[in-house]
Amino acid sequence: MKNIQDILKERILILDGAMGTMIQQYKFTEEDYRGERFKDWKQPLQGNNDLLSLTQPEAIKTIHGKYFEAGADIAETNTFSGTTIAMEDYGMEDLVYELNYESAKIAKEVADEYTAKNPDKPRFVAGSIGPTNRTASMSPDVNDPGFRAVTFDDLRIAYKQQTEALLDGGADILLVETVFDTLNAKAALFAIEEVKDERGIDVPIMVSGTITDASGRTLSGQTAEAFLVSISHIPMLSVGFNCALGANQLTPHLEVLAQKAEFNVSAHPNAGLPNAFGEYDETPEQMADQIKEFLDKSLINIVGGCCGTTPAHIKAIADLAAEYKPRILFDS
Amino acid sequence: MSNNPSTIQDKRFLKLSGLEPMIVNENMNFINVGERTNVAGSRKFLRLIKEEKFDEALDIARHQVEGGAQVIDINMDDGLLDGKEAMVRYLNLIMAEPDIARVPIMIDSSKWEIIEAGLQVVQGKCVVNSISLKEGKEKFINEAKLIKRYGAAVIVMAFDDVGQADNYERRIEIAERSYRILVDEVNFAPEDIIFDLNIFPVATGMDEHKLNAIDFIEATRWVRQNLPHCSVSGGVSNVSFSFRGNNPVREAMHSVFLFHAIKAGMNMGIVNPAMLEVYDDIPKDLLEHVEDVILNRRDDATERLLDFAETVKGTGKKEAGLDLSWREEALQDRITRALVKGIDQYIVEDVEEARQASDKPIEVIEGHLMTGMNVVGDLFGEGKMFLPQVVKSARVMKKAVAYLLPYIEEEKLKNPKVEGASDNAGKILMATVKGDVHDIGKNIVSVVLACNNYEIVDLGVMVPPEKIIQAAIDENVDAIGLSGLITPSLDEMVYLAKEMQRKDFTMPLLIGGATTSKAHTAVKIDPQYEGSVVHVNDASRAVTVVGDLLKPDTKEGYIKSIKEDYDVFREKFLKRTKKKEYLSIEAARANHYQIDWETSEIVKPNQLGIQVIENQNLNELVDYIDWSPFFRSWDLHGKYPDILEDKVVGEQAKELFTDAKEMLDQLLTEKWLTGKAIFGLFEANTIDTDDIEVSINGEHKATFRTLRQQLKKYKGKPNFALADFVAPKEIGKQDYVGCFCVTTGFGTAEKAKEFEEKLDDYNAIMVKALADRLAEAYAEYLHKEVRMKHWGYAANEGLTNEELIKETYKGIRPAPGYPACPDHLEKLTIWELLKVKETIGVELTESIAMWPAASVSGYYFGNEEARYFGLGKIKEDQVKDFADRKAIDLELAEKWLSPNIADD
Repeated sequence: MKNIQDILKERILILDGAMGTMIQQYKFTEEDYRGERFKDWKQPLQGNNDLLSLTQPEAIKTIHGKYFEAGADIAETNTFSGTTIAMEDYGMEDLVYELNYESAKIAKEVADEYTAKNPDKPRFVAGSIGPTNRTASMSPDVNDPGFRAVTFDDLRIAYKQQTEALLDGGADILLVETVFDTLNAKAALFAIEEVKDERGIDVPIMVSGTITDASGRTLSGQTAEAFLVSISHIPMLSVGFNCALGANQLTPHLEVLAQKAEFNVSAHPNAGLPNAFGEYDETPEQMADQIKEFLDKSLINIVGGCCGTTPAHIKAIADLAAEYKPRILFDS
Repeated sequence: MSNNPSTIQDKRFLKLSGLEPMIVNENMNFINVGERTNVAGSRKFLRLIKEEKFDEALDIARHQVEGGAQVIDINMDDGLLDGKEAMVRYLNLIMAEPDIARVPIMIDSSKWEIIEAGLQVVQGKCVVNSISLKEGKEKFINEAKLIKRYGAAVIVMAFDDVGQADNYERRIEIAERSYRILVDEVNFAPEDIIFDLNIFPVATGMDEHKLNAIDFIEATRWVRQNLPHCSVSGGVSNVSFSFRGNNPVREAMHSVFLFHAIKAGMNMGIVNPAMLEVYDDIPKDLLEHVEDVILNRRDDATERLLDFAETVKGTGKKEAGLDLSWREEALQDRITRALVKGIDQYIVEDVEEARQASDKPIEVIEGHLMTGMNVVGDLFGEGKMFLPQVVKSARVMKKAVAYLLPYIEEEKLKNPKVEGASDNAGKILMATVKGDVHDIGKNIVSVVLACNNYEIVDLGVMVPPEKIIQAAIDENVDAIGLSGLITPSLDEMVYLAKEMQRKDFTMPLLIGGATTSKAHTAVKIDPQYEGSVVHVNDASRAVTVVGDLLKPDTKEGYIKSIKEDYDVFREKFLKRTKKKEYLSIEAARANHYQIDWETSEIVKPNQLGIQVIENQNLNELVDYIDWSPFFRSWDLHGKYPDILEDKVVGEQAKELFTDAKEMLDQLLTEKWLTGKAIFGLFEANTIDTDDIEVSINGEHKATFRTLRQQLKKYKGKPNFALADFVAPKEIGKQDYVGCFCVTTGFGTAEKAKEFEEKLDDYNAIMVKALADRLAEAYAEYLHKEVRMKHWGYAANEGLTNEELIKETYKGIRPAPGYPACPDHLEKLTIWELLKVKETIGVELTESIAMWPAASVSGYYFGNEEARYFGLGKIKEDQVKDFADRKAIDLELAEKWLSPNIADD
């Protein structure tokens, strides 16, 4: 099997779309989330999507399959909240290893199945490492700006555990994503470097930040270029942006990365901005039409979808991207 | 979009980041590192950190960034500090200040644990200052590996296990060895390496120091040529150490040293910009002597510079000698200069010359004077002139116009068909609203607008709405400007906007003054009036805003964009406020601040009861003046005394300060103002958690009603009310409180009027600003007297004036109407309890502002745990409870507390 760095030189790789949007279509009840194993769990579990890898593994498998079918090269594991910090809300800190391990395993099985079907298009699994629900450089208390609800070490330890489980489960890539606070991402990258060091391995790392609004900054206040500078000490497979904005709004920030980054550039925007009811209503055609601008300008090497996107969106994007050459990297 | 592989490949630049990136490419020949946030280098910063005055410590960082520092060095290495904790706390606070956090941070410590703690709290790419081979290779490698993993650049000191490099050979030896270890063994990015090659003093009189500067410069050249991609840094002021006390020589040495070191490749350094002369401006002879020393060009260079230094000692950067050569210039140039510089001695003479040269006197105003004022307007617009200067320009302008008026009148009589005065740009009505007496800001805006050819109709202070409406109709004004300083004025402004709408007015309404805000204007005032409503809080913006609002070509577009801007802002604001969580008043009370009354010391005042000071010697107050707000009232921002040295406004601040001191002297000798005070100390206990019962000899005299914070706090943080600082009645311990009113305002209005009649707005504003400062100083002075004598709980306190301003003492004196107790109504209780009006004559207006304006009132709380806090927003349940406790109508309570009531 060809290695991903080489494939990236030849073509634009397609990342899958939203996991949450697809899970919503199943309309799982509290009972479905619990399954047999957690029927007596103290806290309510509805909404704990990561848990579905244990209680509804078939659904997760099916979703991965649909995205591969649509043309995705890379599937993200169902582990966006798979840290002890994010799982505290459900009292499931002790299950973190298992959640990540199983999620990676499920995704890997489906990927292998598709690779076997078409060895010319190998499929990869990216272990999804989310931002957690706390920020290391901002205070949750307006009256005490010096306060922090989480420390670098808390994050580093939690991320290290997630990383180890994802790798053990078979993840090919690690994707630190939806970074709204660069310090959280730096803790994740620190943890990943520790694991790499201890195991004597190398793993491709993707990092994807989030520009939260029209200010053009991350939630923690950095510009796109400052974000890039802050994480460039790590050898990354790619750097990019996802979530919060639709493709159109993302363009100027991707242009910054395309000009400045020595790494591949990725983008997985939302299907537009949410409407008044919090729903994403951009059609696959509308979204692909905007992604076309990324391609015409040669801004990206990896593209996919975030909130609101479905296999139909990914198919539209994949079909379009196939007609384009990837952005050329300058050697670093 | 073309990426250019070749340039990127062979040039690798040091890249750092705060909230914004900083790329050290060849276009940035020198990175200036701010060093004032270093406890080892700044005694002031050390003291602020020790006393946990973090707000002021942040101001120091902010000041550096505003002053042009591109990176800020932060150092907490002090034996008496918990350096790690201080570093983390300070960095966390900086991260919440976007105007500081935009630049990269240099984490400076000799202790690894402090460096690592710092690296763990900063999201951007920092610089670690510093590591070295001093304690061996193993430690060096370990630290470098971690720095790499945290994603920071590093300063490497030219230091190894043998010692610090102090000559050329040792510098390059250590630099090369360090570089090779970092690049080859640690795989450290070479562009992230910055060498500090040790800058040592020259001209010390010792032979072995002669080569200190030139060795550094040459080693720098070698390093930049032989160790690819790295940078060189250093602390520049060391080099001139032996000339401490002689700034002209030091400044010249710094710039000569930098001139040569930068040419050799030094691209980063710690330099105090105020201690730097422009290389080209160094007098030839001084330059030669300094260069001889820096470059070691003569054996006797040091002796010669020492001798020469005697002759330049003390001259400093600027000399004030009276240069009258401009009087020889052309007439228009002289008039322009007089206006720009605010020189009024010759203006009448020059205007007379202009009048004789013109056909009609009006042409002098329209021609000569407006040409000059346009220059003033442009310079002000570009930020090259400051407010006090513009007010002085206006004084010159007024004098000139006053001189011309009789001639213009005469011309009109001779030639009645000719229209009189020139067309002005527009007519603006200005007023401080009903119940409010503060007018410094309003007067400044008036003067600035007048300078820009607007006609001002100034209705003065405490102007009732009907009068504003009527004057606007009678005078047919083009815009109305309202000002107010106290919170009730906000409601007056809302009311006026409603009235303007009712009368179908369409002219723009401008809102300004200390308590006003864009948020209040957008949310509360703008919706009441269909015409334009604009919040303008500084004089420099006023001119542009009024111009845009009135000029026919910009008017329509601007009015529309302002309305839209406020609509959007209002919508966002309203959404935002919903997110806050509040406690019920019961829950907030349950979470009150708890003093341990078992152990807390309660001191009985030496003199209980009420005392009056009829005629205060104002000279005693001068040392207690806090000058920073004085500068602020003139739109010069910065802390005193640093502001006098500020790169941007320093010169102007100095000039203003000289004028202020001069007037202050005269004011004191000629006794323009009278100072009076009344204060009382009483038995007191808290009842029902939030009320303070006040008695004299056991007889109940009054009850202070305090307000309690209701915003939901992070765990462990209490919801404060002032009542928390007084012992509750049920524990059976007698506690005490005080209250006071001081004034230095009697005489101010008369004096200001005198100046105004002489067309001297500058001094009219000055006397009011000084009276305000004296009143604040009086409050500070009296508080000290109370602490040390009358109450006496701090009899041994010995604080310097500076410490007083920074409020290091025990106990507080919060004022009704300010953040801890925003309820102005409490002033009525104080007035009744002390009989303020009857005894010293300070009155309360209908909006409960004090008259005369230069007055201060408040409470005294003596408990050592008493502290200032901001009430923040409160909820309707507390408002209702407060109305019940005070036995007033809910509507009345709502009116007075409205700025503090949270919107649902």
